[in-house]
Order: sequence, then structure tokens, then C-alpha cells
Amino acid sequence: MGSFVRSLTPGQQVSLLFVAVFGLLALATVVQVLLSLRERSGQDIDADAARLRHQRQLDNQSLLRTSWIMALVFWVGWATGPRVAIVLFGLVSFFVLREFISLSPTRRGDHRSLVLAFFVVLPVQYALVWTGQVALFTVFIPVYVFLAIPVVSALRNDPHRFLERNAKLQWGIMVCVYGLSHVPALLLLEFPGWRGNTAFLVFFLVLVVQTCMLVQHLAARGLRRPVAPAISDSFHWRSWGMGLLAGGLLGALLAGLTPFKPLPALAMALVACVAGTLGHVVMKAIKRDRGVTHWGGASRSVTGAAGLLDRVDALCLAAPVFFHSVRWTFQL
Amino acid sequence: MRLAATAMGYALLAVVRVLTGAQARWHGCPPKAEQRIYFANHQSHADLVLIWAALPQELRSITRPIAARDYWTASRLKQWITTEVFNAVYVERERKGDEDPLQPLIQALDSGDSLILFPEGTRGFEEDPQPFKSGLYNLALRFPDVVLVPTWIHNVQRVMPKGEVVPVPVLCSVTFGEPLKLGPDEPRADFLARARLAVMALREV
Repeated sequence: MGSFVRSLTPGQQVSLLFVAVFGLLALATVVQVLLSLRERSGQDIDADAARLRHQRQLDNQSLLRTSWIMALVFWVGWATGPRVAIVLFGLVSFFVLREFISLSPTRRGDHRSLVLAFFVVLPVQYALVWTGQVALFTVFIPVYVFLAIPVVSALRNDPHRFLERNAKLQWGIMVCVYGLSHVPALLLLEFPGWRGNTAFLVFFLVLVVQTCMLVQHLAARGLRRPVAPAISDSFHWRSWGMGLLAGGLLGALLAGLTPFKPLPALAMALVACVAGTLGHVVMKAIKRDRGVTHWGGASRSVTGAAGLLDRVDALCLAAPVFFHSVRWTFQL
Repeated sequence: MRLAATAMGYALLAVVRVLTGAQARWHGCPPKAEQRIYFANHQSHADLVLIWAALPQELRSITRPIAARDYWTASRLKQWITTEVFNAVYVERERKGDEDPLQPLIQALDSGDSLILFPEGTRGFEEDPQPFKSGLYNLALRFPDVVLVPTWIHNVQRVMPKGEVVPVPVLCSVTFGEPLKLGPDEPRADFLARARLAVMALREV
């Protein structure tokens, strides 16, 4: 199997991977449709259990739907080349930041800062990725924008909750723009002596983090006593460990298709998974602070938020860590 | 000219959706092609555009927003958009002479159009809408068969606060509530207070 995969060109390897992913998704969809046809058994009659099961089914459905969409998006991104991928991630950044800002109260004095964030910072950050300015792109937001945003706010002459408002805005930009822009930035990395497509690294990151999240999510069912019940009732050390194991193993399995050897691939996958899952918990804490359980979901009734941020928040926090770990480890 | 207006309509719709989502929530009544007056809270000039974008295509063509003449005819572009794209009814914000400011609205209702009305008269900046002006009551009295739909516009003041020119992307929604009826012999002040509460009640749903 391994030698067969190795004998293919990088392009064929990635195609094979997409076939495998879409095959798995199709299988999962079939299983899910069959499950939804199953009749309720007698013991489930009491309302609570039935509601819980229905809730889980809906949960599964939405999970599967997002997985389909993400796989399709990545396929389109891969098939059309890195330029399209950068634009695509720029658009996702925009919509995710819109969601974040909608649920963080701002005041009239913040208007100019918001304009700056959406229409200057976001395009410039992605333009830096487009032109491949790695050095500038990693410091642009933490150094320059970090100063620019509060300056614009301060000049609007509104001291009310100044620190809080600016912290929210900075966080939104850091997570939604800076974090997410590191995903297409992986395309900029050049590994000496490796002829493969770096677009594959993007896919590696997304697949590993998503798998880890999925396994963690499924393994948490039936477990009691979460680590931080006030923040997340699905985060347990045990399910977390299982998620990491699954993500790491998948990373090692995919090693043949990456510039990494199996052991470094395992390590890199683990780094991405740890950052992603813990980042997801942090984003959950922010949601609890805002009094919502989903960026979409419950708040959908008020804001129409689609909950895109729920799906990519792990990636937003994993991508910068992964990017810089790879750069450091391989001295790129 | 018609073609340009249609193209402009689609372009505006795309911009509004990208910026705000312009989600319509039909809470107390379905979208239906009957003669209606939608009355809403008013916090920004963009309110008019948002309700227009939230309505389904079929209703958009028979529903005419009320636009303040001094603001929306200030430039040729604004005037062209409000007449050709929104098919707006202009009203004077300040009363001139003994002319009835409701006259254009009455004409529009007579010819069978639905209206989008902001009974506060001007934009408010508080959490709660200001007391409603009597125009809504007078129209309800004169046209008892027109359905009165309370409407709450959520978040739009964050998109474009007063004095700013560049809109910011923030998700907004428009909630349409259960229709209101003017009771027999209901005093004007009672009806206006009830209408205001009906609009405010939609904030929570």
C-alpha cells in the first residue's frame, strides 16, 4: 500500500486522498440516513431521552453537513490553485469577523476602528499572503494594527469601557483575520528538496484538526464530569486524549504525502491538535461570556448568524501555532 | 433606464446581504401579498434599505418605503435610487403651510400599494423608540382594511451610525410581528402607545 502510494505523483496522491475523503463522507451520510429511518424503541418513550436523541441526530447532521462543505471548499481550493485558496480564506475571514463583531457590543466611537479592521486590515493581511511577504505578514497585526486600532478609537473621544471594547476588537482581528490567514500562508513555505504541492500542507492541517475535533466530540458522549462545566460540557481529559491520539495517528499515516517523516509528522499533527482543541475551548469561554452557546444557533434568532465561526475557530487558533512550529523545526 | 434601475437593485441587494445578512423573520404573520403598512423603529437611514432587502422579491415590488424628502433628494443619485429602485413615497419632515403631510401616503394607499412607515418621525439614538407620531393612527382610521404589521429592525444603527459614511458589516435582522387592529373608539394616544409596545416586544423574540 505504502509503496503504491509513493509511486504516484504528488498530484495523484492528493487526488487519491480526496477520493478517500469523499468516499468516507458518502458512507457516513448513508449511515446517517439509515439511522434516521430507525424506529424509536419502547424504552425511549420518556420525553427527555427522546429529545436528547433527536438533539444528537440534529447535531450529527449539522456536523456532517459542515464536513461536506469544508471538504468541497478544500477540493475547489486545491483544484483551482493557491490564488483562489487565498481569496477563499479571505472571504471566510470576512464572514467570521462579521459574526464575531455582531455578538460583541460596540459603541458609536468604535465605528472608524471597525471600518479599519474590515476594509483595511483584512485585505492588507491577505494581500501580504498573496505577495508572499512572510516576515511582514507575521508581525503586521500583532505590532502595527495593535497600535492603530486603539489610536483610532481614542481619537473618537469616548472613554466608556475603552479597554474592554478595544480588547474585543483586537481579539476578533487576531482570531478571525490573523489566525485564519495562516492557513493559506502555509502555501508560502518552501521545503528544500521536496517537489510536492504545499497546498497539501493546508489539507493536512485541516484534516488532522477536524478529525481530532470529531473524535473528541464523539468520545465525549456518555462521559460525565467535564473539566470545566461552566465553559464546556463536552471537554473531558479522556475524550481529549482520544482525539489527540486519532489526530496524531492520522498525521503519521499521511506522512508519506507530506515533506515530513512519520515521526515529525506525528509531532506536527499533535501540535496542531493540541492548539486547535484548546483554542476551541477558549472560544467557547468567549461565547459563554457573551451569553450564547453558539455563534450561530441560539443567537440565530436575533442576528441571523450562520455559526461559521463555530466550525473554524479551532483552525483559527491552530494555524499560527502550526505554521510557526513548522518554520522553526525545519528552519525554513 | 429601467434596466439600470433593476441592475442597481440587484447590486444594492448584494451589498446589503454581504454587509448585514438582511435576514427576515416572519414571527407573527406570513409574507403575503395583501395591502399592509409595516411600521418600524427608526435608527438609521439604512433602515429603509434593510426592510426593502429583507422583503421577498414579490412583496418588494408592491411595497413602497416612506423617505424623508430633504435627505433622500439631496443628491441626484439618492433621488434616482429612491424613485427608480425603491419606488419611495416622499414626505416632508417639517410641516409647510396648511398642506397635509400625509397626503402622499394617502394617495399611495388609495392606489393599493403597501407602505413602510417609521412612526417615530426621526431617527432615535436611545435603546427604546421615541413616542409614535399620530400619522399611523390617522392612516389606520382612514384605511381600516389595511393590515398593520409591527416591525423591529435589529442592530442596524451599528452598521451606519449618524454622521458616518462607510458602513460596517454587522449582522442585522428584521422581525415582522402579529398584525395590529385599531379598536372601535380606541383613543389615539392609547393606540399609538400600544403600537409602540408591539414594536418593542419584537426585540425579545
